Amino acid sequence: MIDDDFVKSLLNGRDYLSFKHHEDCLTINCLPESLVDFTKHLRDEETFDLLVDLTAVDHGDGAEKRFSVVLHFYSLVHKSYLRIHVLCPDNEAPCIPSVSSVFPAANWHERETFDMFGINFLDHPNLKRILMWDDYPYFPLRKEFPLAGIEVPLPAADVAEVTGADVDPAPMMGGPFVASGNSRMSEAEPRAKDESWTEKSEKPL
Amino acid sequence: MISNEVGYNSKVEGEVIVTRADSVINWIRKHSVWPMPMGLACCAIELMASAASRYDISRFGMEVMRFSPRQSDCMIVAGTVTYKMAEVVRRIYDQMGDPKWVVAMGACASTGGMYRSYAVMQGVDNVVPVDVYVSGCPPRPEALLDAMMKLQGKIGNESSVRNLSNKPEPTGVA
Repeated sequence: MIDDDFVKSLLNGRDYLSFKHHEDCLTINCLPESLVDFTKHLRDEETFDLLVDLTAVDHGDGAEKRFSVVLHFYSLVHKSYLRIHVLCPDNEAPCIPSVSSVFPAANWHERETFDMFGINFLDHPNLKRILMWDDYPYFPLRKEFPLAGIEVPLPAADVAEVTGADVDPAPMMGGPFVASGNSRMSEAEPRAKDESWTEKSEKPL
Repeated sequence: MISNEVGYNSKVEGEVIVTRADSVINWIRKHSVWPMPMGLACCAIELMASAASRYDISRFGMEVMRFSPRQSDCMIVAGTVTYKMAEVVRRIYDQMGDPKWVVAMGACASTGGMYRSYAVMQGVDNVVPVDVYVSGCPPRPEALLDAMMKLQGKIGNESSVRNLSNKPEPTGVA
């Protein structure tokens, strides 16, 4: 049963943890250096033995700690989710320990998080890009990266030479199709922002 | 006696047909297109449907889908071409023997479709020469069949003999 007593016993004696209020499920802040030990405890002692998701959040350039990694666990005994929230210590080269030694399912999740956010998972057995190609120079889900992309050469130099193709920013005519973000999601219907740029009206710099 | 026969009569014409080499070659080619299903996304499901009994692409002599580029002569690019995959599409295209054709099936393969994104190539014609574009997201099997019939029409009008003698130097990368 996930109640106040459970949270109290979980936090008791572990000063690297703190409670974080969320409406949807129990959320615990954890310091990065104790993450592996705590996930092992969750798996072996608290029956949270299913790693549902592992991803990251970019809080933007102004944030004191820019990146945080979020892990979701499920317990088939408690029939409940638990979220661990880890703030990455370094904004320039964010890194946290890998939990893939405890949860093998984390292996590819961590590779994807590295690919999209550039977060380094220490002691990961095979930390390389999983979606983009190996020498892609950017991290696409970071806040400063434009949805349309940035011009870079095609992954294969010989194909690029024969075809003359390269990786171009996508045209944003009539898009992107997103909610405005100023009001509640239930009220703000997603609309095309129409960030159009064509031959006649140039792309704003 | 009034003959009801129309067309070729071997008794009258002595088992000889007079025609042009282009017509014969193109006639043969267009009725035995061997497609290479380059299935990259949901369009591939419609491609499978057009090969199945309800739509039956074999009515047009193109049911022999080969998963090896060396045994096929028409690449049907069915789905979203990411920049990472574009290299593979081009290499497979280069492994196909001449003559060869490309059909861009669906909005994604034709223009990038709804994926105005950093990861998706905005049309497969950036890396391979496309003969027929099919609209739709995904196109219905009828649309693909229509495109394949248009491709047959295109094959039927090619200067096949001249192309044989004026064959350009291969620029393949595979």
